[in-house]
Amino acid sequence: MNTIPILKLGEYLLVSIQVDMHDRLALQLQDELTSMLVKTKSRGVLLDISFLEMVDSFMGRMLSNIAAMTRLLGAETVVVGIQPAVAITIVELGLTLPNVRTALNVDAGMEILRRLVDFSDQKGGYECQQE
Amino acid sequence: MSVSKSDAATIQNTEDIVRLRQRVRDLMKNEGFSLVDQTKMVTAASELARNALVYGGGGAVLVEVLKEDNGRTGLRLIFEDHGPGIADIDQALTDGFTTGNGLGLGLGGSKRLTNEFLIDSSPGAGTRITVTRWM
Ligand SMILES: Nc1ncnc2c1ncn2[C@@H]1O[C@H](COP(=O)(O)OP(=O)(O)OP(=O)(O)O)[C@@H](O)[C@H]1O
Ligand SMILES: [Mg+2]
Repeated sequence: MNTIPILKLGEYLLVSIQVDMHDRLALQLQDELTSMLVKTKSRGVLLDISFLEMVDSFMGRMLSNIAAMTRLLGAETVVVGIQPAVAITIVELGLTLPNVRTALNVDAGMEILRRLVDFSDQKGGYECQQE
Repeated sequence: MSVSKSDAATIQNTEDIVRLRQRVRDLMKNEGFSLVDQTKMVTAASELARNALVYGGGGAVLVEVLKEDNGRTGLRLIFEDHGPGIADIDQALTDGFTTGNGLGLGLGGSKRLTNEFLIDSSPGAGTRITVTRWM
């Protein structure tokens, strides 16, 4: 049974989806990513889908789920590398991917993660002061 | 118009959906469809195959390469299942309508992603959906 590798990159996790996933594999990735997030206390997830040749409603739901779950675990997800043809198709399909942050590539995604994590640290500090 | 290539496959599990996506991709690449055309049709195929699996209890798909007399090439997919059928097709086609736990985008989205879209379904008799994308 093949799995999707999850790499630890400093305080972030990097997932690069390199294969056309069947549904079970996609669900397995959700599970493994959340347990890895808790285990490594990572603050962010970079989900690189530049090798993905299509995003259908099932995959869109999975991306939204991953973003929602990581947020509940105190982390942020940025999806990077959506191919232009895939982006066109996502729009025509009608997928809006609410709550999913995206960036052009891994570098830009990393930059967004850094800012998001800094911001949530500041916000946390501010709320503490108020009490 | 003639059918220049044709093959059938069953849709019994989600691996079959992956195989169909790859089959559609390969055929369209070979015929010279643009990357955007390929991606749209592969996505529609994925949606309709999953519907046949989830709601139709599994089914079959016929994949056809079409040649028009004027030389135009098309790819046609005919999905068939013997599930419960669709009682209200307009409602099923409405974005956001789902009886499962989906987003309700599969049918309406597939219609937008293809050039021809035909649903033939009645309650109890199953569902046949035909989609075509022309080059
Ligand atoms: N082959 C089928 N047999 C019976 N009912 C179907 C079939 N295909 C679709 N339907 C019905 O039409 C509804 C809408 O389908 P559609 O694909 O648009 O959305 P969905 O499958 O519910 O969600 P999504 O595709 O966004 O994950 C389904 O919820 C189901 O009730
Ligand atoms: Mg569907």
